[in-house]
Amino acid sequence: MSDHVPLLEMKNVAKDFFGNQVLKDINLTLESGQVLGLVGENGAGKSTLMKILFGMTEIQETGGYDGDVMLNGKKLHFTSPFDALAEGIGMVHQEFSLIPGFTATENILLNREPQKKSVVSEVFGERLNTLDRKSMKQKADGAIDKMGMHIDGEMVISDMPVGHKQFTEIARELSKEQLKLLILDEPTAVLTEREAEVLLESIRGMAARGIAVIFITHRLQEILNVCDKVVVMRDGVIVRDVASKDTNVSEITRWMVGRTVDSDTQMHRKPPETRTIMSIRKLWVDMPGETVRNVNLDVREGEILGIGGLAGQGKLGIPNGIMGLYSAGGQVTFDGKEIPLNSPRTCLDSQLAFVSEDRRGVGLLLDESLEWNIAFPAMQIQNKFLKNYLGGLIKWRDEKAIADVTRQYIEELQIKCTSSRQKAKQLSGGNQQKVCLAKAFALEPKFLFVSEPTRGIDVGAKALVLDALKKFNRENGVTVVMISSELEELRQICDRIAIVSGGRIAGILPATDSSESFGALMVSKVV
Amino acid sequence: MSDLRNADAGWQEQLANAYKSFGLPRLIIAGMLVVLLIAAPLVGANFWMQITNVINRFSWNSVLVLAMVPMVHSGCGLNFGLPLGIISGLLGATISLEMGFTGPMSFAMAIAIATPFAILFGIGYGWLLNKIKGGEMMIATYVGFSSVSFMCMMWLLLPYRKPDMVWGYAGTGLRTTISLEGYYDQILAKFLQIRIGDLVIPTGSLLFFALLAFMMWAFLHTKTGTAMTAVGSNPTFARAAGINVDKMRMLSVVLSTWLAAIGILVYQQGFGFIQLYMAPFNMALPAVSAILIGGASVNKASIANVIIGTILFQGIVTMTPTVMNNAIHMDISEVLRMVVSNGMILYALTRKTEANS
Ligand SMILES: Nc1ncnc2c1ncn2[C@@H]1O[C@H](COP(=O)(O)OP(=O)(O)OP(=O)(O)O)[C@@H](O)[C@H]1O
Ligand SMILES: [Mg+2]
Repeated sequence: MSDHVPLLEMKNVAKDFFGNQVLKDINLTLESGQVLGLVGENGAGKSTLMKILFGMTEIQETGGYDGDVMLNGKKLHFTSPFDALAEGIGMVHQEFSLIPGFTATENILLNREPQKKSVVSEVFGERLNTLDRKSMKQKADGAIDKMGMHIDGEMVISDMPVGHKQFTEIARELSKEQLKLLILDEPTAVLTEREAEVLLESIRGMAARGIAVIFITHRLQEILNVCDKVVVMRDGVIVRDVASKDTNVSEITRWMVGRTVDSDTQMHRKPPETRTIMSIRKLWVDMPGETVRNVNLDVREGEILGIGGLAGQGKLGIPNGIMGLYSAGGQVTFDGKEIPLNSPRTCLDSQLAFVSEDRRGVGLLLDESLEWNIAFPAMQIQNKFLKNYLGGLIKWRDEKAIADVTRQYIEELQIKCTSSRQKAKQLSGGNQQKVCLAKAFALEPKFLFVSEPTRGIDVGAKALVLDALKKFNRENGVTVVMISSELEELRQICDRIAIVSGGRIAGILPATDSSESFGALMVSKVV
Repeated sequence: MSDLRNADAGWQEQLANAYKSFGLPRLIIAGMLVVLLIAAPLVGANFWMQITNVINRFSWNSVLVLAMVPMVHSGCGLNFGLPLGIISGLLGATISLEMGFTGPMSFAMAIAIATPFAILFGIGYGWLLNKIKGGEMMIATYVGFSSVSFMCMMWLLLPYRKPDMVWGYAGTGLRTTISLEGYYDQILAKFLQIRIGDLVIPTGSLLFFALLAFMMWAFLHTKTGTAMTAVGSNPTFARAAGINVDKMRMLSVVLSTWLAAIGILVYQQGFGFIQLYMAPFNMALPAVSAILIGGASVNKASIANVIIGTILFQGIVTMTPTVMNNAIHMDISEVLRMVVSNGMILYALTRKTEANS
C-alpha cells in the first residue's frame, strides 16, 4: 500500500491571524467515500481549516497559510473558491450563502445554469444565452431528490424555514457533477432531530457514491452515527484521529474539552405556580417559513417555558412577532398592560428582551467591536453606559463602562476572543452566539425570549450557556421563554414545554413527560 | 505561543502592519505628492507658494468632504446628492447679499438663511432615500442632477434685483459668477492669518473646519451618533434594538445637506466668488473621491479619512498642473487639472472599497 495516494492529504498546515495562531501542525488524510467527523470546541479552528481547504479569500487576505494541501497526491494552493470548485470540492458554510430573493432552483444552479442558445447569443456571445428553465428544474429536482428531503424548488429562499435553506445549500453542492469532496460546516445546527436524521441518511448516500465528506457538528452522536473516523481538535491542533467505531460520546467530549462534562443530571424543580405574566391571545405572525396562525399561551412569572416543534411550524414566529420584527396581530398582555405589536421599541421599553435565532442578520453588528455589540441595546434603550453633560443634553458614550461590562461577560460566558475590541465577525460561530446572549443579559430584562440559544455551541459551552440562563432565571427572577429545535435541551432546563404545530400550540406538557408524548404533539397539526 | 511570535516580530513586521493599515494606494498617492513637492523648486516653482496653495485648497474643500461623513455612517452611502446641499448654501448666499448685508454679517446671514433651506431640502431628500433603500447612491445622483437643472431655471427667474448680482443689460437673472468683494471674500481666511515669507496660512478657515470636524467627531461619540453608526452597520440589528431606522437615516441626510451648504459658503469665501448654474454639479465627485482616497468605504468614514483624503486629492490636483507647467513652459494647467482630477475620481470610484483606519 506504500504507493497508495489518499484523496485528500493535509500536511503540517498552520494558520495565524496577525500573530494569533489558530491552527498548528495539522495532518490528516481522507479517502474517497469516507466520512470524516471534525469536532472541537468553539474557536478550536474547524471552520478556519475548512476555509483553507476551500480556498476562501478571507484566508489570503489575512496572510495565507503554511503547510501543504494535496488532492490525489497533487499539491494545490487555492486562491479562491473557484479553484476549489474546479477541483471538485464543495462546501456548505456555517452561515448561509444563498441569495434571498431567488428561488431554490435558481440558487442551486447559480452560475451553472443550463443555457439555451438563441440567434442573439450566436451573434453576441454566450453571455446572452437564455436560461433553459426546464432543464434547470430537472437538474435541481434531481439534486433535491438525492437528499431524500422534499423542498419546493420554486420557493423563494427568504420565504423558507431555516431547515429548508440548509437543504437547499446541500442540494446546490450535490448538483455539481464532478463533486469529489464535500465539506459540511455544522449543517445540522439549525435542524430538528428528525431533519438531521434525513441529512445523515443523505450523507451515507453520498459516501456510497464515492464522495468523501468532511462533517462538522457539535452533536456528537451524529458523528458516531455516520462517520468512518473522527478527528478531534483542541486549540488549533489535532488531538485525536480515530475510527469512530472505537470510541464513544463521552470519550470524544473529554478529548475536546480536556475534562469530563457531566451529562446533565438536573433535578427538575416543581413548575412554579405563579401568576401569569404574559398572556398571548389569537396571535398571528407573518414570518416567512414560520407562520404563526393562532396562538394562545400563558407564561407564568419566574418560569422557564420551552417552545418546541418541527421546523417551519411557527415556533420561531412567536417571539419574532411579539418583539415586532415581523408583522403580527392579536393581543399580548405583559404584566397587566397590553403590548402594542409591530413596535420593537415598546417591547424593549417594557423590559422584554430577545435573542434572535438569526445571529448574523439580526443579532450582531459584524463590523463593530464586541463592546458595541454587547452594550448597544442597553445604551439605547435604558441609557446605560452613558455620561451626561449639560444636564443630560449631551449623552456621551462611556467607553470605560462599556469595556468593563464587555469584559465581565467575556469572562462569564468564556467568550474566546483576543480583546473586547475585536470585531464580531472575527469570532468563531459559537462565540458569536455567546455575544448575542451577553447583549440580552446586559439589558437586565424582566422577561427574556431566547431563540435557539445553543445553536453552534460546543458541548462544554452548551452546559455553560444553559447554566447561565438558569442562573439568570433563578437569581434575577427573570422569566425565560426558550425556543429550540432540540427537545433534549428544552427538557434539560425548562419547567414546561409548549409544542407548536401548524402555527398553533398543540399542547403544553411538564418537561418531565416522556419523549413520545412530545413527539406525538409535534406532528399533531402539521400543515 | 502567540505572544512569543509577536515579541520577535521585529520592526519589519511592524512596518508591514503600518503599511497594511495605511493601504498601498494611499501610500502611492502620498509618495506622488512628496515627489511633486520636491520637484516644484527644481523646476523653478516657489516651494512655499505651492504649500500655501495646497493649504488653501484644503481649507476651501474640507467642509464639503466632511459633509460625506453622516450619510456614510447611517448606511445611505456616498452623498452624490451633494449639489442639493450646495444649492441651499447658494440660496443663503444670494439672499443674504440681496438683503443688503455686507462684510462678516453677510457670511453669518448666509449661514443663517441657508440652514432652513438645507433642513427642508434634507428632509425631502431623506424621505426619498428612505423610500428606496438599497439604491441610495443612484437616487442621490439623480437628486443632485435634477436639483441643479431645476435651479438653473430658478436663478434666472427668481426676483433678484441687486445690480452687482444680476445680468447688467437685462436687470434680472443672476450672473454665473458673483464677486464677493466687499461681502465675505476671505472672511475666514483673513482671521488670524499667518504670513511667513511666501507661506500664508488661512488660520480662520482651518479653525472653522476644525470646529465642524470636532463637532462631527463628538456627535459620533454620543448616544444618537452611536445609533446612527449602528444603523449603517446593520439596520436590522438597530431595529431590533428599538432604533427608528428611518429617522436616523433622515437625520444623517439633513446633517450631510447642511454641512454641504456650509461647505460651499466656506469654499466661496476662500475662492472669492459665488458660482451658480452648473457649478454645484461639479462639486460632488471631487468630494466623493477625496473621502474614498482618504480610506473611507461605502459604510465607514472617519474624520481622519476626511483630512487625509482632502490633502491628498487637493494636493495632487493643485500641484500637478503647476509643476508640469513650469517644467514644460506651456500653459496647459486647466487641461491638466481636468485630466488629473478626473483621473483621481475614476481611480477612487473603481478601487475596492475596503475601509482603512
Ligand atoms: N477573520 C478572522 N480574523 C481574526 N481571527 C479570526 C478570524 N476568523 C477566525 N478567527 C479566530 O480563529 C479561531 C478559530 O475560529 P474558527 O471559526 O475556525 O472556530 P470553529 O472551530 O469553527 O468554532 P465554532 O465551533 O464556534 O464554529 C477563533 O479564535 C477566531 O476568533
Ligand atoms: Mg465554525
